[in-house]
Amino acid sequence: MEYYINLFIMSAFVENMALAFFLGMCTFLAVSKKVDTAIGLGFAVIIVQAITIPVNNLLYQYILKEGALTWAGLPEADLSYLGLISYIGVIAAMVQILEMTLDKYFPKLYNALGIFLPLITVNCAILGGSLFMVQRDYNFTESVVYGFGSGFGWALAIAALAAIREKMKYSDVPVGLRGLGITFIVVGLMSIVFMAFSGIKLS
Amino acid sequence: MKFLRNLLDKPKGLFEKGGKLEKLYPFYEAGDTFLFTPGEVTEGCSHVRDGIDLKRTMITVVMALTPCILMALYNTGLQANLALAKIDPSLLVGWRYDVLAALGIGYDASSIVANMVHGALYFFPVFIVCNMVGGLWESLFAVVRKHEINEGFLVTGMLFPLILPANIPLWQVAVGISFGVVIGKEVFGGTGKNILNPALTARVFLFFAYPMQITGEIWVPVESALLATIDGYSGATALAVAAAPNGGLAAVQGLSDGYWMQAFLGFIPGSMGETSTLACLFGAGFLIMTGIGSWRIMLSTAIGMFVTSFAFNAMYNAGITTNPMFSLTPQWHFVLGSFAFATVFMATDPVSASMTTTGKWIYGFGIGCIGIIVRSANPAYPEGWMLAILFMNVFAPLIDYFVMTANIRRRTRKYELAQ
Repeated sequence: MEYYINLFIMSAFVENMALAFFLGMCTFLAVSKKVDTAIGLGFAVIIVQAITIPVNNLLYQYILKEGALTWAGLPEADLSYLGLISYIGVIAAMVQILEMTLDKYFPKLYNALGIFLPLITVNCAILGGSLFMVQRDYNFTESVVYGFGSGFGWALAIAALAAIREKMKYSDVPVGLRGLGITFIVVGLMSIVFMAFSGIKLS
Repeated sequence: MKFLRNLLDKPKGLFEKGGKLEKLYPFYEAGDTFLFTPGEVTEGCSHVRDGIDLKRTMITVVMALTPCILMALYNTGLQANLALAKIDPSLLVGWRYDVLAALGIGYDASSIVANMVHGALYFFPVFIVCNMVGGLWESLFAVVRKHEINEGFLVTGMLFPLILPANIPLWQVAVGISFGVVIGKEVFGGTGKNILNPALTARVFLFFAYPMQITGEIWVPVESALLATIDGYSGATALAVAAAPNGGLAAVQGLSDGYWMQAFLGFIPGSMGETSTLACLFGAGFLIMTGIGSWRIMLSTAIGMFVTSFAFNAMYNAGITTNPMFSLTPQWHFVLGSFAFATVFMATDPVSASMTTTGKWIYGFGIGCIGIIVRSANPAYPEGWMLAILFMNVFAPLIDYFVMTANIRRRTRKYELAQ
């Protein structure tokens, strides 16, 4: 149990997707103007991360990995070169299914998430999460925790950034830096601050 | 007085709009309002008028810092003299020793004057460089962007030298304060518009850019030329001692008799102004009395610190002894390192802290927890308050947002029920 808590904290803070790896930057910068929408997007990312990473994990463990097809009588097969395209396909399909399910059973949540669900199909934090999972050879439980953790970290970062940008309405930024310029600076400063956790080794 | 006023009024036309020196108005304004109460009052009628303005707020903070500055001078000199006690003064090479020799002041660690003067020779170069370089940036932006030069910078320029180690190269001071003032404050529009504490931004920049000079390990009060021949003068701070593999509570207690009291009073190695918990408590009292610093933030930071360190200590006592830092009890965390200074002067920065009352409690508590977590659980950094405060600075707007939405929701519900 302790191990999984540590994994969660590590994926959320120490290896924050947005501020330590700079993944998912396009949505991170574009959809962080208002806290409401940022939180909506953040929740969407948490849900999608927590679903796609375990599913990709199963796909990797039982089909793509070298020797994974032993159960089908093909111990020699190594399909890992199909990884990238399979993961992105899974992500797109998952997002689509999730969208239809939400539309049918949870219309309120569906409306709240709106355009963000299809948008995060192409969020690199999502694909990055799956690729990290493969690289670190997580098992199924670990990948569930990792999915939740990395999604949570990303959501936290975008919510904080959005709140800062709302507060910055009262700032008097030089004309040339307004908009994206100052946002890049803020993200840079935030990323320095998140270095507080780098170096924490959780057993 | 009258003479001064006339002196200032005479060239006023030159600096006002349309005057010859219009561009230099910020300098004129700064000099004027530094010496006299500003003549402008709020226009319109919906304001409560009070004698307190930005300038007085900032000056109060500077006054609250006085005990810390005195301790910085004394303790820096004391540590240097203690280190020098074992070597022959004629061996010493460096301008500080030339000055001390010229003044005829020895290296007697028991003499207050000798300590003060020796400390001043460390503190003031850093202080002067910091204020000159930072002031240059401040006035450059003030002239170009036409805002006032105000005492906001005075506080940054006062805080920054106090959180630096005595042996920091002066060019690093210049680079650090440049980053802090320009990136930490001026790109957001100046005092009151920034999101992170500028002094801490400067410190954290130095910390990550030049980790060799600024980590808790190093406090070398002797000029570097000597180091080649004599070693053993790089004193580790108490936190570094505690974090060492065979460190822990016993190692810190073993540093000397009554070490807790010494740490409380501030006679231990560390960054210049932050060693003395007592001096910080004086500052805290002054800030709370004048209503400038938020007692909620200070109290909740202390609570967060106590709760977290108590939990870590309980874990240590329960048998998780892999990390020696966990063996430090809360009262040791209270006096070691920069906890007191950071809590009193950094966390309470009204610009970058939470604005709402509930938010302040959450904000402070978060600083206390994260500070101890970074200090104890992160082997990479010996000290955590700087990063903890910046971390909560980042989240302060979000905390405020949640507090406000909760408040709005509560009141809407109340209103609906009343109908």
